[in-house]
Amino acid sequence: MSVIIDTGCANLTSLKFALERLTRNVLISSDPETINSAARVFLPGVGSAQYAMGVLEERGLIPVIQNLIQPVLGICLGMQMLTSSSSEGDIACLDLVPGEVKGLQTQDLRLPHMGWNTLAECTDHPLLHRISSDMYFYFVHSYGVGVTDTSIAQCEYGSRFSAAIAHQNFMGVQFHPERSSAAGSQLLKNFLELQI
Amino acid sequence: MLARRIIPCLDVRDGKVVKGVRFRDHEVVGDIVPLAEFYSQMGADELVFYDITASSDGRSVDRSWIERVARVIDIPFCVAGGISTLDLAAEVLEMGADKISINSPALNDPSLICDMNERFGQQCVVVGIDSYQNETSGEYQVYQYTGDVERTQLTPWKTFDWIHEVQQLGAGEIVLNCMNQDGVRQGYDTIQLTQARLSCDIPLIASGGAGTREHFKEVFEKSDVDGALAASVFHMRVLDIQELKKYLSESGVEVRK
Repeated sequence: MSVIIDTGCANLTSLKFALERLTRNVLISSDPETINSAARVFLPGVGSAQYAMGVLEERGLIPVIQNLIQPVLGICLGMQMLTSSSSEGDIACLDLVPGEVKGLQTQDLRLPHMGWNTLAECTDHPLLHRISSDMYFYFVHSYGVGVTDTSIAQCEYGSRFSAAIAHQNFMGVQFHPERSSAAGSQLLKNFLELQI
Repeated sequence: MLARRIIPCLDVRDGKVVKGVRFRDHEVVGDIVPLAEFYSQMGADELVFYDITASSDGRSVDRSWIERVARVIDIPFCVAGGISTLDLAAEVLEMGADKISINSPALNDPSLICDMNERFGQQCVVVGIDSYQNETSGEYQVYQYTGDVERTQLTPWKTFDWIHEVQQLGAGEIVLNCMNQDGVRQGYDTIQLTQARLSCDIPLIASGGAGTREHFKEVFEKSDVDGALAASVFHMRVLDIQELKKYLSESGVEVRK
């Protein structure tokens, strides 16, 4: 069973449908027991970090997520929340993957970074099986995680930032795999199949 | 590199995709879900669905098809049409849409833009602008209720002032529909779009006038827009999206392959 944590954000349905094209038993839930019993956990999010962290806190989900031992995939804001802190509202995050969220340094490029972009420095992490840096993924964000040792793929938009991060069982992608056509579907399939 | 987006627009009326010329004389071009799936598979980067009668009828969009579309496509899509409250916007997003485009409702109540930004995030908030160049004064003016020719009306806004205003209010993207060009396939209004680009710091999507592959190249090169929206050239199979993208790529325009 795969569980999408109900973060109160609006884009849960498209992730659910994308997963249902690949696997059975996909639930959206904020119930700790259901989340704990999942083989795969998804932490989605759009909107502001402050709002989304507030929802997790209100629903008592912060320690639940922090204690998960199965593979967890944060998506977009969900990935950002896996890090230690966000300058968007200056808040503490889940502190599961080393790194900090800061406003994108885009030089004179427009924000939000919205649309299809390629990857850079794509590693051979199992999450990126059959994914190469010339593939396009759909990004929508104005904040990002800088490049650190936990970056497994980068993206360039004015400057480099993490397109994907991984630390132990916690992984995150800045783009939206559920809206990234065949490349995104491959990434979700990798996540469903990977062994850690 | 960030790719320029090719965006088929599906005008929806009574559950069917329709196309008219200069916003009138609508004819049915097909069913919503199969067309959405077709464009998605052909390499469209995003889809926009406009319920063209919703605002002008004083009713809201029939939303039952949104979830069916979300089930089959794996690219982003935006829904427009009479979404005049936060609750309606939430419902549409929950059904699987990625963005909401507001046009007439934003003109009636500009605070809707900031309210949507706060609740759903900037990336969800697209403002559609129907702009018509007054043939005597040369001024670009904003119109509303353009879905119904009987009810179409001039607003007090000049186009570039409204572009500035919606950014201040928190819009995440602007679709500028140049009505003089709509449906006639004579090319995008690159003069207006280039001017709009100068006052637009958020993504800008060109709409109205696409007829040939050269028109797409021209609008990306001259007006530096982030995406180009078109309807009839795709619906009438004048252009094939894959071939269009191949041509653009060979011409040096960055597109998703």
